[in-house]
Amino acid sequence: MPEKFDVIIVGAGPAGTSCAFVCAKNGLNVLLIERGEYPGSKNVMGGVLYRKQMEELIPEFWKEAPLERPVIEQRFWMMDKESVVQFGYKGLEWGQEPYNNFTVLRAQFDQWFAQKAVEAGALLVNETVVTECLVEDGKVVGVRTDRPDGDVFADVVVLADGVNSLLGKQLGFHKEFRPDEVALTVMEVINLSKDKINERFNLSENQGCTIEIFGDSTKGNLGTAFLYTNKDSLNIGVGTTLSSMIKAKLKPYELLDYLKTHPMVKPFLEGGESAEYLAHLIPEGGYRSVPKVAGNGVVVVGDAAQLVNAIHREGSNMAMASGKMAAETIILAKHEGDFSESSLNRYREELYGSFIMKDLEKYKDATHVFEKYPQYLRDYVPMVNRAASKFFTVDGTPKKDKQKEIMRSVTGEKGTIRVLKDIYRAWKAVK
Amino acid sequence: MSTNNIEEKQYLLRFKCDTKSHLTVLDHDICMTQCPDKLCTVFCPAEVYKWEGLRMQVGYEGCHECGSCRIGCPYQNIKWEYPKGGHGIVFRLA
Repeated sequence: MPEKFDVIIVGAGPAGTSCAFVCAKNGLNVLLIERGEYPGSKNVMGGVLYRKQMEELIPEFWKEAPLERPVIEQRFWMMDKESVVQFGYKGLEWGQEPYNNFTVLRAQFDQWFAQKAVEAGALLVNETVVTECLVEDGKVVGVRTDRPDGDVFADVVVLADGVNSLLGKQLGFHKEFRPDEVALTVMEVINLSKDKINERFNLSENQGCTIEIFGDSTKGNLGTAFLYTNKDSLNIGVGTTLSSMIKAKLKPYELLDYLKTHPMVKPFLEGGESAEYLAHLIPEGGYRSVPKVAGNGVVVVGDAAQLVNAIHREGSNMAMASGKMAAETIILAKHEGDFSESSLNRYREELYGSFIMKDLEKYKDATHVFEKYPQYLRDYVPMVNRAASKFFTVDGTPKKDKQKEIMRSVTGEKGTIRVLKDIYRAWKAVK
Repeated sequence: MSTNNIEEKQYLLRFKCDTKSHLTVLDHDICMTQCPDKLCTVFCPAEVYKWEGLRMQVGYEGCHECGSCRIGCPYQNIKWEYPKGGHGIVFRLA
C-alpha cells in the first residue's frame, strides 16, 4: 500500500511553506517536498520581506526569525550616466514594532520558516525532485519523485514549484512562458562591515535602507536595479525582462559589473568583498500571465502562479498570502471530503478577491506598455537628470527663464504632442 | 575583493554536481544553421553555453537553474530539467 497524505506540497519556498504550516497546524497530514539540499538553497530574492503577510502566519516573527535589518528608508533613483535624481521616504516608525518590512537572506530565512512548518507537524523531505503529477481520471492523485519507489499520493497536491513551474505546464495550466513574461535578475552579496554600511547609508543600529535604481542601471532597458543593506553585507542586483536582455544582447553579469562600477553606485561598495553571485527568474507577466490556479485535486500558489507585483517589488508576501488561502480552502475541502475543482475553486475566488489579484489587475498593462515603449527609461530618465542639473545650477539665468528653457528642451526633443501622449500612456498603465 | 568577471562570480558558488547533465541541446545543427547570434551564449547568467564551432558545449555544472535558456532559446532547442534531488547549485546566502 503506497503512502498517502492529506496534502503534498511541492516546493519549500514562502508559498509552499506557508501552505504547509497552516495545513499542519490544523491537523492535516502534510508532506512538504523540497528539491534542494535544504529549503532556500535554490531560492533567490533581492531581499525585502514584508511584515504583514508573514505576521498573519507567525505573530511577532521578528523576535525569532533570522532577519537582517528593518527597513526605515526607501530611496528611488532615476539614474543617468553621471548623475541621479532621487526621492524617497525615511521614517523612524518603520524602525519599531510592528515594522513595515525587513531585509533578509533567504537561504537562512527559508530554513527557519520550513522548520516552523515541521514543528507544526509537516513532514519535510529535502533533496527530492517531483518529476510529474500523477493524474487518474482527470484528477491529480499524487506525485512522482526521483527517489526509488517514489510515487506518493494525496487528496490535494499544491504546486509551489516556483517561477518555472514545470508541473503546472505538465497539467496544461499554462503554456511555456514568453521571454517578455519573465525578468532575468542577477545579484551579488557583498560583505561590508556594519560600521561602513551605517556611515555610507546614514543609518543607526538595526536600521536598514533600500534603493531602487531606474534608468542607466539597466542601460535604459526595461528593468530595475537594487541596493539593499543587510547586517554586514549589501545585496546589489539588476534585472530586465528576458526579452529586453535578448534584444539588447546583454550579458547579465556584465550589466551587474557595469552597475557595480557606476560612479553613483561604486562608493557604496568600496572595499566590499563579494560573497555570493546568484541568478533567478522573476515572473513579471502580471495579471494576464496568471495560470489556472485550481483543478481537480490540485492548486497553484506563489511564483508558480506568477503572483508578483513587479512595480512594487512584492512577491514573497503574495506567495505567503496565496499559500495561506490555499491552505484554508484545503482544510475546508478536507472537512467536506470534496477535492474537486469546484471545491478547490474557492481558493481561486479568495485569490481574485484579495489584494493580490486586485494589485495585479491594476498594473496589468504596465510591463507590456513599458516593454513596447522603451522611451520612459531610455529617454525620460536622462531628460529629468538634465532638467534637474539645469534648474539647480546657479549661472545667473533668472528662474523663470530656466523653467521655460527646460520645458522647451523637453518638448523640443520629442514634440509637445508626443510628450503628452507618453505621459497619458504611462499614467493609464499604472493608475 | 569585489568580483569583476563571470569566472570570479562563479567561483564564489557551491555546486553539488550530478554526473549527468540536466540540460540538453536537442539539435546542434539548429544552433549552427539557424541561430547566428547563439543567444543562449549571451544571456545565460552563468555562461553555461559556449559555441565550439560545430556544436554547443553545455557546462551544466555551473548552472543556476534559472530557466532562462529554456524560455529564451528562439528554437525551443533546449531540454531543461531539474538536476537530481539535492544536486546542482546550493545557494548559501540570499
